[in-house]
Amino acid sequence: MTADGFACRYVIEILSDYLEDALDASTRQDLEEHLAECDGCTVYLDQMRLTIRLSGKLDQDDVPEPIMNVLLNAYRGEST
Amino acid sequence: MIDLHHPDAALVAALLLRDETAFRDLVTRYHRSFITVARQYVSSSAVAEEVAQETWLAVIRTLPQFEGRSSLRTWIFTILTNQARGRGSREHRIVPLSSVIATDGEAAVDASRFLDASHRWGGHWANPPRRIENLPEECLEGAETMAALRRAMAALPDSQQRVMWLRDVKGWTADEVCAALDLSEVNQRVLLHRARSKVRAALENQLESDLSR
Repeated sequence: MTADGFACRYVIEILSDYLEDALDASTRQDLEEHLAECDGCTVYLDQMRLTIRLSGKLDQDDVPEPIMNVLLNAYRGEST
Repeated sequence: MIDLHHPDAALVAALLLRDETAFRDLVTRYHRSFITVARQYVSSSAVAEEVAQETWLAVIRTLPQFEGRSSLRTWIFTILTNQARGRGSREHRIVPLSSVIATDGEAAVDASRFLDASHRWGGHWANPPRRIENLPEECLEGAETMAALRRAMAALPDSQQRVMWLRDVKGWTADEVCAALDLSEVNQRVLLHRARSKVRAALENQLESDLSR
């Protein structure tokens, strides 16, 4: 861990790009070295991953029945 | 007629045969995403809902012409974005880029959680997040956690919410989201980063309260 610009405060701002695989190779390597030594950022990254995983379970589609009925009527070829 | 080996061939066939269950499933799966995407181009949620409904009518009308050059989803959402763009331009709505990328310089985590610059380890965690993996799964995915997540997402600025909804809730790829919302790769990433950072913070708050119970 170094006290330079690669501090946790800045590291967390590039973790999304890391997860998106959008970092250049050298930044990625610096980041991984930082993560290897920094518990706080590792936990933070785990929480980002958890956020994404749990968000995928939020999916709950419901279409109001009156709208569904209009669409089903159109689908049946009835006038709307 | 589409190739029988196309991954959506069975679905398209069912839809062309007026299979109401297949149609209902399709509407259920995409209707909310229709409104989400349309809202990027039009002035209000009510107009976005109209665009969504008009798109379904267009899908019904043009489905016999689907040739299977892309997935059915991509084809459907191309119709949607065209409808939404057309409606938006008739509304003379110009989407200012500044509204898409808010330049508020918001940080992912409040600065007070880091050591200040005068410290030898300035910028490093003063108050790091705590491990949560020892929380039981039923707590992680419990109703309270999911409700907190839902609230956090609902509180996001529209542009961030749209991107996170499509990426993380609906599982779209970055390319798909850029195409549907007319965003550059970079803007898409910035919006996603801000959105996920805020939702993570809300999740951390919720789980912290579970940890200290």
